[in-house]
Amino acid sequence: MHHQSLFERILRGLALAIIVLFFMFPIFWILLMSLQTNETILRSPPSMVFEPTLSNYSAIIAGRLDSNVASMGIEFMRNLMNSIILSVGSVSLALLLGVPAAYAFARHKFRGSEDIAFTLLSFRFAPPLLVLLPLTLYFQQIGLADTYFGLIWVYQLICLPLILWIVRGYFEDISPDVEYAYRIAGHSWFATFRKISLPLAGPGIAAAALLAFIFAWNNFIFALVLASADKQPVTVGALAFVTASGIQYGQIAAAVVLSITPTLVLALYAQRYLVEGLSLGAVKG
Amino acid sequence: MADIAASGGARPVRLSKRLFPYLLSLPALLVCIGILIPFFTAAFYSLQRFRLSQPWNRGMNWGENYLSLFTDPSFWNTLKVSLVYAGVTVVVELLLGLAIALLLQKRTTLNNFISIMLLMPLMTAPALAALMFKLMTNPNFGILSFFAQSLGFQDMRWGSDTSTALFTVVLVDVWVYTPFMMILLLAGLRSLPQQPFEAAALDGVPRIQQFWRITLPMLMPYILTASLFRLLDSIQQFDIIYAMTQGGPGDTLMVFQVEAYLNFFQSTNVGRSAALLIILWAVTFFLSNIFIKNWLRLRERARGEI
Repeated sequence: MHHQSLFERILRGLALAIIVLFFMFPIFWILLMSLQTNETILRSPPSMVFEPTLSNYSAIIAGRLDSNVASMGIEFMRNLMNSIILSVGSVSLALLLGVPAAYAFARHKFRGSEDIAFTLLSFRFAPPLLVLLPLTLYFQQIGLADTYFGLIWVYQLICLPLILWIVRGYFEDISPDVEYAYRIAGHSWFATFRKISLPLAGPGIAAAALLAFIFAWNNFIFALVLASADKQPVTVGALAFVTASGIQYGQIAAAVVLSITPTLVLALYAQRYLVEGLSLGAVKG
Repeated sequence: MADIAASGGARPVRLSKRLFPYLLSLPALLVCIGILIPFFTAAFYSLQRFRLSQPWNRGMNWGENYLSLFTDPSFWNTLKVSLVYAGVTVVVELLLGLAIALLLQKRTTLNNFISIMLLMPLMTAPALAALMFKLMTNPNFGILSFFAQSLGFQDMRWGSDTSTALFTVVLVDVWVYTPFMMILLLAGLRSLPQQPFEAAALDGVPRIQQFWRITLPMLMPYILTASLFRLLDSIQQFDIIYAMTQGGPGDTLMVFQVEAYLNFFQSTNVGRSAALLIILWAVTFFLSNIFIKNWLRLRERARGEI
């Protein structure tokens, strides 16, 4: 690594270029496709030179597709709204439940805390369908089938373990002395928690929340099993869109772009937190 | 004592102090229970002859679901496909991820920029990634089909062809998850102590040997952790395969969760799908215990080195 010959440097550059190309190309291509009309898309051989159009996006946002054959309603905006509701809702609930619990796990080594934490972590690796399939039957019985409420509760399976594990690590890293000092000065536990512990663990909570949001947004199988057509998020909705809209490839591409943009933007904005979050704090990067 | 009394209603101080942690984590405990109930239900179902389409015929058949699975060639196909898929994806992602991590090891602006860009596939929903690749491999206008044709593979059917379906879904998986390996290994690489390398350089040890004798052994815990992590996820892969081919063509890509899903929703055979899932769970439970112990140890090491 100390001195690199010119040959080696060229090789490295080439390798990196190919790698970046491989990983960026599909996103780039779908983006291009979303700006093309069907005629341009079906042109063979595919060309890079074309007149970009926003008609695909306007069709999706307006919710209607008018072709010379017929007019068709597009439900995709609804899917987008569902994704937002489900992701924001589940992460909020998970934060509400998970942050205090993470604090409890970090500060008080009570009996069974390690076991509970261990069990919750092992749930992360259990097959989702194992829980989802009985839940479909249960939900029908207790009337939670096809409700946002029911879905948000099930999404806790994704968000809560993540938040618990990441935030616990951050609380463990905060020295209790600051908290003791504040309490001795006469403040209640809750005030201490709010004014001292939470701000200090802020980055960790943000990281966990971000990661939980991304996982909730990208989830497919939970929604596929438990949500019916009008509650489906974009992941399931995009697939349904393909079957429904048949040959409107430009709009399918636009739908995909709209679906992946939020998480990509979030990832770019918060990439600093992602490394630690993804490795669950195993590696201090 | 005065401040505690003044903070309002903490008369049974000892009792509430002990209960407090449990109260705080009560919601998390509830979620735990909320998961365990369906789990035991599924285990119960797996011991039943239970078809949604034949509710009158429901009854206990104890181990019969499992026996019929073990004697069913389609089960062994499911097992084989799942293992092959998991094995290939993890190995490819490990090698590729390691290679990229080595290339990006130095903290330069360019390298950091590239690592950030490489995060993007990982943040794409796997189901949507499969959709993207489905579009790209469309025989009429797909860019990948076009490339394949230019390379001489006339009429390559990617996901619709039994011989190339596995390659196609593995490609999607590699695209989405290699950055995960890269991130972990890169963080691991950057956290390695520099002294052994400096000493080796002083002694004139060639760089290849430095890699095999120093880097690789020190990186092993990270490699093992990352690989187990991915293995656990890969053997249960649903999104990519279902979005791409729903397990087809035929049953070429019928992995565990896809098979269980179809058994439940298409054949309405709850008992059989539950049995499949319990078997899968047993495998992942065993593997995840190994993983968690390994990972906790890794975490302690990383903590200790600050």
